[in-house]
Amino acid sequence: MTDAADGPPVSSPARAARDGVVLGLVVGTSGLAFGAAAVTSGLTVAQACVLSLLAYTGASQFALAGAVAGGGSLIAGVAGAVLLGSRNGLYGLRLAGLLRARGLPRILAAHGITDESTAVALAQLTPAAARAGFRGTFASLYLTWNLATLAGALGAGRLGSPASFGLDVVGPAAFLALLWPRLREGRTERGVALAGMVIALGATPFCPPGLPVVLAATAALGAALMPGTPDTGGGQPA
Amino acid sequence: MTGLWMAVLATAVGCYALKLAGLTVPQRVLASPRARRFAGLVPVALLAGLTAVEALGHAQSLSVDPARLAGLGAAIIALALRAPFLVVILAAAGTAAALRALGIG
Repeated sequence: MTDAADGPPVSSPARAARDGVVLGLVVGTSGLAFGAAAVTSGLTVAQACVLSLLAYTGASQFALAGAVAGGGSLIAGVAGAVLLGSRNGLYGLRLAGLLRARGLPRILAAHGITDESTAVALAQLTPAAARAGFRGTFASLYLTWNLATLAGALGAGRLGSPASFGLDVVGPAAFLALLWPRLREGRTERGVALAGMVIALGATPFCPPGLPVVLAATAALGAALMPGTPDTGGGQPA
Repeated sequence: MTGLWMAVLATAVGCYALKLAGLTVPQRVLASPRARRFAGLVPVALLAGLTAVEALGHAQSLSVDPARLAGLGAAIIALALRAPFLVVILAAAGTAAALRALGIG
């Protein structure tokens, strides 16, 4: 989902906006998968659409749908979903200096922060191109993601058994796809991922559904406090 | 209002608040390398936990569903081949659906 960051950096605002629009169109179609998974999980079409309109962050939306399907504590489900959205806060910290938005523009720009808009903005060489890329991605991804959610939610209701279409694999496959680029980054990431899996699976028999995923976050705490682990993302030694 | 609607709205409010907080709080919040490292690793731990629980969890127990695991295997192959997101999802769902149509899983 962050392939845009892999390409050569570009600096023309027009080109950045166009790249963002294309990426938004491509990635936004996965809203089909979310809409279908949400309705299969027991959310209504309206609830699936409100999540895409207002939460507008794929991983958290899939996480809430998964918690609803598991039939566990909704509070734990919300906690897991919001915790997963914390990375958008980090993106915001990195984007603040580039977007330089105040007042209403900032309130709008905040809503547009996703993996994709951040990747496009941070791949640009100039702040003007970063802003154009961010806006282009936001506009096209928001529109596509929401229309696709509606289509997927309406379509899923007409299917017979969700499992016969493999819809129960959509959630875990989506998480794996989001996790994959992080696993390439280094040993620390792979260790944290393994520990997160072990913690979540180990806690499953003893906790209401949803809570094991929240507990998995302690794997990140352990790795961050461990001395000598390399810094992630910045490449600077701690 | 039902509990489900409250969960939907709480998720939406929480996710938006975090985005806005990121644009609003002073940059020095992440000055400490440890805080930055923790913040960067949280999604890794959560996504891994989610993948594992949704692949093997069944309410409060663990169970093996061959078709679901094969679907995830197909997703891994698609990811290793650098397939786009939607192709990964389609490969996973299609594999599980095909195996179930054949009576496996």
